[in-house]
Amino acid sequence: MSHWLIYRTFWDLTVSGIVLGLIYALVALGYTMVYGVLRLINFAHSEIFMVGTFGVLISLTKVFGISLFDDGQYPYRSGFVLVAILVCSIIAAMVVSGAGAIVLERTAYRPLRGAGDAYGAVVLAFLTGLIASFLFSDHIMTNLAIAAVITGPVSFGYVRIFRRGRQAPRLAFLISAIGSSMAMAEAVATWGPEQRSVYTTPRVLEKKVLFNFLGADVRIDYVIVAIGAILMMTSLLLFVNRTRLGRGIRAVAQDAETARILGVNVNSVILVTFLLGGAMAGGAAMMFTLVYDQTRFNIGFLLGVKSFTAAVLGGIGNIKGALLGGIVLGLAENYGSSIFGGQWKDVIAFVVLLTVLMFRPTGILGESLGKARV
Amino acid sequence: MLLEVQDLHVFYGKIEAIKGISFNVNEGEIVSLIGANGAGKTTTLRTISGVRPVAQGRVLFEGIDITNMASHDRVKLGICQAPEGRGIFPGMSVRENLEMGTYVRGYKSDTKAADLEHVVHLFPRLGERMTQLGGTLSGGEQQMLAIGRALMSRPRLMLLDEPSMGLAPMLIAQIFSIVKQINSEGISVLMVEQNATQALRTAHRGYVLETGYVVKTGTGNDLLVDPAVRAAYLGG
Repeated sequence: MSHWLIYRTFWDLTVSGIVLGLIYALVALGYTMVYGVLRLINFAHSEIFMVGTFGVLISLTKVFGISLFDDGQYPYRSGFVLVAILVCSIIAAMVVSGAGAIVLERTAYRPLRGAGDAYGAVVLAFLTGLIASFLFSDHIMTNLAIAAVITGPVSFGYVRIFRRGRQAPRLAFLISAIGSSMAMAEAVATWGPEQRSVYTTPRVLEKKVLFNFLGADVRIDYVIVAIGAILMMTSLLLFVNRTRLGRGIRAVAQDAETARILGVNVNSVILVTFLLGGAMAGGAAMMFTLVYDQTRFNIGFLLGVKSFTAAVLGGIGNIKGALLGGIVLGLAENYGSSIFGGQWKDVIAFVVLLTVLMFRPTGILGESLGKARV
Repeated sequence: MLLEVQDLHVFYGKIEAIKGISFNVNEGEIVSLIGANGAGKTTTLRTISGVRPVAQGRVLFEGIDITNMASHDRVKLGICQAPEGRGIFPGMSVRENLEMGTYVRGYKSDTKAADLEHVVHLFPRLGERMTQLGGTLSGGEQQMLAIGRALMSRPRLMLLDEPSMGLAPMLIAQIFSIVKQINSEGISVLMVEQNATQALRTAHRGYVLETGYVVKTGTGNDLLVDPAVRAAYLGG
């Protein structure tokens, strides 16, 4: 009987549930912070996580030249070399995800806010040209040439459309979010070497059991995830609460127009918010590959939906809520799938969400980023 | 001339809220814009702060064309506003709200302590509430906080949007005397008010706005005794 399983494995499920929950929480921070300043659900955030996992994969295999197996064994490293590899791969993931988030903001969202800067117009014109070029040719160099020629006149037109002060309707932001999410995932699926298959990341860390917690094995990768996630969240909270830019983020979240009147450069605050959210997703991406040793073009999809769920569960816009929502969701999934069977895992996540929202529509902690008195 | 607005047109969507107004504020002056709801007073101030785009016309500050300047650069030049509805950040403490006024000066905070002291000297009530959240203050305290916060940015020109709105008569008198005091320290004030009597008594000059146009201008006293203005805005 499956329901006996939970008694025997309760603490195992708790430990792995918390680890999964911390990864959800790190990704959820990006959803929650962007919602705080823009009142926008950034559905492309899941792909920011995805490119982070590829940042890890590329830094491990191409930069460090680590292969999947050495003589049929995992390519374990130890000591200082291992620490260096782990640190470099998390930095790589944070840089790739952070940069991805910045490009996303400037290309997919800022033009819609009517900020009227030329950058977004040029990039969008180039992408327009690239897409149009596939009508005429399948040769990549020809495509790029056609795109480059089209960029000039089309970007001139886009600048006029995005001119200062013309804000697009709310729905346009959502369409842009979903569109860029699909575009990023499909770009990796189309141009990545494995296309739609699974990529295995080299397992450099030997996952030894460090200690036993009430009968549950606590592995070293779990400990690294826990320490890393808590460090990252603490530094984020310190940044938001103690620094000038962090105060700018809170001011924009509470009242964007007054923030502008007082001299806050709202566009740069939004950019920093995307950068921070992206860096958190990058950290989560490295931890994810550390625990699960794999990635895929659509790895972000389900994880992104779950993290978004975690953000709503804890109270969207609330940084501490993201942590709480992530852990509640991770635990609920683990306990639930042990009781009802693994195929119910995703159903349980959403049942938890719906149940909480029925009784507390604003989530467990319920306050927005602006109002959080952290 | 400190601020010069020339033939300003501003749209809300397809509706033209400001239909070509011109006015100016001289160094050291208090100027009041009075008019009924929907006359375009708040829109004018928001446009000067740079949060509404200009459709036509120019805004000059100390002779510099700021018509298309970003709002944060305008604050750096010395234009700061206590906005309509006060715009207090509800989840920040009084101190954090005040320090938002110095945001534009960046990390160089050597004058922050002195500015804070100055504001507390003007509004002792705020000094008692430093750690309280902005959202928990009373209306009068919030208005003091909004003015104090704008002062923290060390403005040359302070824009005040309806400073007396929703306040008890005693507090209104206090707010207007503070406005005079601020002005005596060399800060020019452009004030928008529905409380026309008080506003015109405080101001050196005034402009009367009606549905997007300037219909009358003069010194505060001239407008106070003008029969048409009295009939329309001062209750006979």
